[in-house]
Amino acid sequence: MSPLSGYLLLSAFLFSIGLAGALTRRNAILVLIGIELMLNAANLNFIAFWRYGPHPEALTGVMFAIFSISVAAAEAAVGLSIILAVYRHSRTTNLDQLNSMKG
Amino acid sequence: MTISFLLLAAITIIGTAAAMSLKNLVHCVLALSLGLVGLAALYMQLGAQFVGFTQILVYVGAVAILAAFVIMMTRSANPTLTNAASSFRASGPLIAVLVFAVLAWATISGTSAQPILTAAPEGSVGQIGTALMHRFVLPLEVIGLLLTAALIGAGILAMDEHRGTQHRGKQ
Repeated sequence: MSPLSGYLLLSAFLFSIGLAGALTRRNAILVLIGIELMLNAANLNFIAFWRYGPHPEALTGVMFAIFSISVAAAEAAVGLSIILAVYRHSRTTNLDQLNSMKG
Repeated sequence: MTISFLLLAAITIIGTAAAMSLKNLVHCVLALSLGLVGLAALYMQLGAQFVGFTQILVYVGAVAILAAFVIMMTRSANPTLTNAASSFRASGPLIAVLVFAVLAWATISGTSAQPILTAAPEGSVGQIGTALMHRFVLPLEVIGLLLTAALIGAGILAMDEHRGTQHRGKQ
């Protein structure tokens, strides 16, 4: 097995862990963390393909990973503040109880 | 497939799997930090030192701490409710296993014939800075705009909306 497929398998496993967590956990914060894990798996793919790809001097994979990390940070900040606002409104972060959008 | 890769992969998998399966939410965030540090070390092993340090700064330093703060601020009065059975409890892991099987099959059958480049590419911080200022200057500006909007939006969303009306009522 080549090193690239090792990294790709690890990335696929990370994605599956994040997906399982996002689907099964009922706390909104943990669902957000699961989504972050899936984004991180994509970042690992970018870096692995940059390292073992044909044109590493163009730095495309590194740039993709840096911009993806920035977008993920913005997403986490906005998502966590939405969770905070929802908690202030309905006093729970359990997604099974948040089944109504009306106040 | 070196020993360092296997070690870092084990740290990452243990950390993230614990983050998604532990019952205590604060323990989940701590395990998540461990997994993200392992991932940053993997980036550094791949030759992307700058991305590894950015990962530690942004994820371990900011996102995990922010998640820990939100967990402590939204500590539920009834913690047993957060682990109640849900409709995806049985099918969620099954879907994840199926997705992993498809991805692993595609990886193993797709990349086996490709040649392996042995020379490590150059990705120094200076080169990244030059590329950010020349070729990627427009995406850099867009990201700056996005982060500013996210900063303002997160502040407005997290602000207590009733506090302003109370102050106005007092006046």
